[in-house]
Formats: sequence, C-alpha cells, structure tokens
Amino acid sequence: MTDLIDRQKLSYIAAQAADARLNVELETEGMTLNIGPQHPATHGTLRIIVRLDGEQVVWADPSAGYMHRGYEKLTEVRTFPQVTTLINRIDWLGSFANEVPFILAAEQLMDIEAPPRAQWIRTILFELSRIANVSLFLGDLGVQLGAITPVFMAFRDREYVLNLIEGATGGRFHPNFDRIGGLKDDLPKGWIDETRQVMKKLRNFCDEIENLLFGNKIFQDRTRGIGVIPPAVAQQYGLSGANLRASGVDWDLRRDQKIALAYDKVDFKVWTHPDGDSFARCWIRLQETREATKIVDQLLDGIPSGPVMAKVPRIIKVPEGEAWVSTENPLGEMGYYVVSQGDLGPFRVKIRTASFNNISIVPWVLRGVYVPDVITILASLYFILGDIDK
Amino acid sequence: MDPLSDTSTSPTADETPALASDTLREGIVDKLRAALGDQLLDVKLVPGTDLWARVATEAWRDTGLALRDQGFHYFCFLSAIDWLPSPYGRGEDDPTAPAPERSTEIVHGYTGGETRFQVFARVTDIERHIGVTVKADVPDVAAGESPVIESWVTNYAGANWHERECHEMFGITFAGHPDLRNMYLPTDFEGYPLRKDFPLLARLVKPWPGIVDVEPLPGEGDESTDAAADGEGASA
Repeated sequence: MTDLIDRQKLSYIAAQAADARLNVELETEGMTLNIGPQHPATHGTLRIIVRLDGEQVVWADPSAGYMHRGYEKLTEVRTFPQVTTLINRIDWLGSFANEVPFILAAEQLMDIEAPPRAQWIRTILFELSRIANVSLFLGDLGVQLGAITPVFMAFRDREYVLNLIEGATGGRFHPNFDRIGGLKDDLPKGWIDETRQVMKKLRNFCDEIENLLFGNKIFQDRTRGIGVIPPAVAQQYGLSGANLRASGVDWDLRRDQKIALAYDKVDFKVWTHPDGDSFARCWIRLQETREATKIVDQLLDGIPSGPVMAKVPRIIKVPEGEAWVSTENPLGEMGYYVVSQGDLGPFRVKIRTASFNNISIVPWVLRGVYVPDVITILASLYFILGDIDK
Repeated sequence: MDPLSDTSTSPTADETPALASDTLREGIVDKLRAALGDQLLDVKLVPGTDLWARVATEAWRDTGLALRDQGFHYFCFLSAIDWLPSPYGRGEDDPTAPAPERSTEIVHGYTGGETRFQVFARVTDIERHIGVTVKADVPDVAAGESPVIESWVTNYAGANWHERECHEMFGITFAGHPDLRNMYLPTDFEGYPLRKDFPLLARLVKPWPGIVDVEPLPGEGDESTDAAADGEGASA
C-alpha cells in the first residue's frame, strides 16, 4: 500500500511540474475543456475532459459510466436463454452479433453444435449486423467533419438492411433470435432474393461514400496523419477490429479462429492498412462493409438445407465449466467468459467489449493533438456507449 | 496431479489441426514453467480449444511479463471472479417467506483455487493465433479491508482501465496502479456491486419471475377484492 501512495504522490508532483513548465515556457495558461457528455461526436453520453494549452491537448481523460446498466451482475440472476435479451443491448447497432459469442460459449460448455443451416444463417445475420452498424459509421463520419449528405444516405441504405433483419428475426434492433443449439426460426420465403438485391444497393452505397467522402480534399487533410497508433501500442491496449487492422496488424477472428460459424466456407479478404491514422481506420471500415456484402452473397449461394435447431433439452442446464468465446463483431473483438456451475443460469459472465479497449487508448492518442482533431480521432475510433459501459 | 492429464480425454486421430495446436499449447506451458518454476500452480488444457493456467499470487506480475516475452502482445481483458456462492441465490425467493438455507462452500472452477477472489486475464499471440487465460488467487483479508494484488499496468498498458473497473466492482486493490478512480459509479458509492454478497435490490424488492407477478384476472379473484371493486362502482 505504501508503494501505491508513493506513486500517487509522485504522479501528482509530476503533473504539477508539467503544469508549471507549461506556464513558464509557453506563457499560456492551461485550460480545461469538457467535451460532452452531450456532444454529437460522443455517440451517446461520453464525457471527455481535456486540458488544453492553446489549441493543443496536453491531457485527456474520458469519463464513461453514464450508461452503465450492470449486465454482468444481471446475468447472474437470469437463466442462460434469458441472457440474450440483455446482451442484445450492449452494441445496439449490431445487436445480433452480440448474441452469437455468448450462445457459442454456452454451446461449447454443453458440447452441442448447431446444425449447418443454422450456422450459415447465423453468419449471414452476423454480417448483416456488421453492414447495418458500419454503414451508419460511414455516414456519421461525414457529420463529424461538417458534411451532412452522407448521413442521409447512410440512414436510407441502412434501412434496407434493417428491414432484412426484421424480416428474418422480427426485430429491427433487438432480434433475440439466436438460441442455444440453433435459431428460433428458418428464413422467410423470398428473403434470399431480396437480400441479394439489397447487397447490390449496399455496394453502390459504398462506392458513393468512397467518391463523395474519401476522395474529398478536406476529408483527407483532416484525417491523414492524424491520431497515428503504432501496431505495438495498439496491441498493448487491446485494440481490435478495424482499429487494429488499420495499424497494419493482420488479425481477424473470422479468419484466424476455429469457430462454429460458416466463415471457413467463404472466400474473403482481410484488409489492412499500414498508416494507423484516422484515414486508415475509416478506409478499412469502408472496405470491410464491401467485403461483408460479398460474404453474404457467397453464403446465400451455398446455404445448405436442413433443420435450424439441434436437439436440446427443454430446460437448459449448462454443465460445470468455463468457456471463452469471442467473435469479430462490427466494433472489434467481443467475447464472453462464461463460468457455469451446472445451474440454470451462469455463475459469472465477464463481458469483454470492443469499445472498452478501443477507448482506453484515448488518453494516449489524444496527447498533443489539436482540438478539432479530437473529434475526428474519436469518430474514427468508432465506439458505441453501450459497448463501453455494458 | 499431472497438469496435462486432460490431454487423454478427447483428441481423435483424424483431427490433425487440433493436434498441431495442442503441441503449440503444450509448448506454451513448458515455457511458462521454465519462466515461473514452482509458481505455476496448475494447468488445464482442453486440446484444440483453450488453455488455462493458475499462478501464485506473488508471481502475478511476472506471469504477465513472461507471457509478453513469449509473444503474447495482444491484451484481451482482465477481471475477477468472486467464488462465494450468492447468499441470495438467483433472486427468486419469496420475500414474505423466511430466507432459505444456502451452502456457503466455495467451489472453484478450472485450475482450482484457495481463496474467495481470483483475478484472471487473457492475452493473445497474434502471430500464432492462440490465447491463454491466466488466473491468480487474491489473498483473503478481514472484512472491511481490501484484498491486494500486483498491477499489470507495467506489462500491458491496456490493463489500466480493466483494473479500474475490477477495483470498483470487486474492491480489489492493484498495487502499483497509478489511478484507481471509479469508472462507472459515483465516487461516493458504497459497496462492490459484482461481489456475490452485494444484493441486487431490484430482485429483493420484487422477485422476478416470481409468484407476486401473477395477479388474478378480473372475475377470478377472491371474494373480498371483487366486493371492494363492486363497492367502488356503486359509490361512483
């Protein structure tokens, strides 16, 4: 304990010394600025306290917790099938993707596997969640930089995808469709053809965004070389998904992990970018949306017939054990560490969300940047508040 | 006990990739044992699936370092488990009846344990596509005191927020952590919500899905309520 107190004292003294030096050397007074909790760039209610020297950030501290709903505690008083209702709401833009790793963890503990058709439909819905989620990011990105048009296009085209998800699952935002051992239902009639049409529209949307936004001089000037994260730092902080691949780390759980989804049956490219700046992060997401539409097309072509539900007991008791399953969600690696003691409900569920780690790098990456860049960096890291606060 | 005894349970001859990754995981165990010696207390290996290891409390920080040196550069998460069985069960008790007797015996999960609290963390080797979960016991302390374990911040910068979260949820102090402020809860919040003996008040007040939720339909209720309803109607 003495160790801790000494360290706190030291860090306090260092902070005071830094402030003093700042005032003497640059003859400016430090200023503390609150960004949020209500700010369009915060995707909900994240408050970021930044200390400024002129236009430059010397210190930043994100303050989360405005939307903490205590899901880890609540899972302990739910049965296994009831948990999906809660975890749907973690990353609300890609809800179906939240359910999958938890269900897979429960299936791993019960030693059952969903039938092939269920696995394929899961994968299709998973990728549709990704498209719905990331297309909104691509539109929202424009708003952060002062361009209004892309967001209207994004909302228009995302609606097509949400209609598909609603058609298959019955819920636009919270499908609650995944079950231990398979899926609630099969796909409705005509859904496959409709999905093919929508995937074409979404590819057009990606092209439009690329022309409209990514080729724009202002966009490039404001994102290129801003907020650079080197690969070693990204890994230390546990950045995942597009943020990690934008730093040149070739790591995608869809490809690099043996998991009961249909990703090994399709051919897709994992995009990486060597720069690690805001532009790279946005560019990777654009490419991934396009890649996801191709994955969906391939899966629709080869979808096997058969049942969508394995034989499971009517009352689900999960045997004793521990399982960790994570998947490549729209925001990055999302996983559940499930501890079961042979009961109807889990003993403990640790929810590892992507945004929590992605945002923990903010104090590091914001040091030394200018105030307008704070917004673009936050936008390019792409977080959802429910995903940080759980 | 032989730590690798689980290898005999499931591998089949035709699963070549699974066997290949098993030698990989066994190699990781060997390297960990070389780095930590006796401090590596127990290992659980499920072939082709996952690897768990439990280390001594004193070796917690060194374990992170040893793993990082082995190539586990990607920090996944760090958290804790409270192994005490919940005194409130799953919150389905009838609040009007006397509280039922519940076992207070602690049953540990994989790789065992000796104390109530365990911290566990997961790190991944991106080149070899493999992850490992490590656990360590947090020594028990008297009521009102905070259990202490070393911090991983010096090993992985990303552990900073995870330890803050763990501190406010379980009341575990991470020695060497620069800033253990609350992440989610107000600074003056009392108690540690993810401890099993912290009651989920919403459930204690009104159990769900409980007996109290079921109200009689109109017409099938007992006599007294029907009479009261009629009386109201007449007076109005």
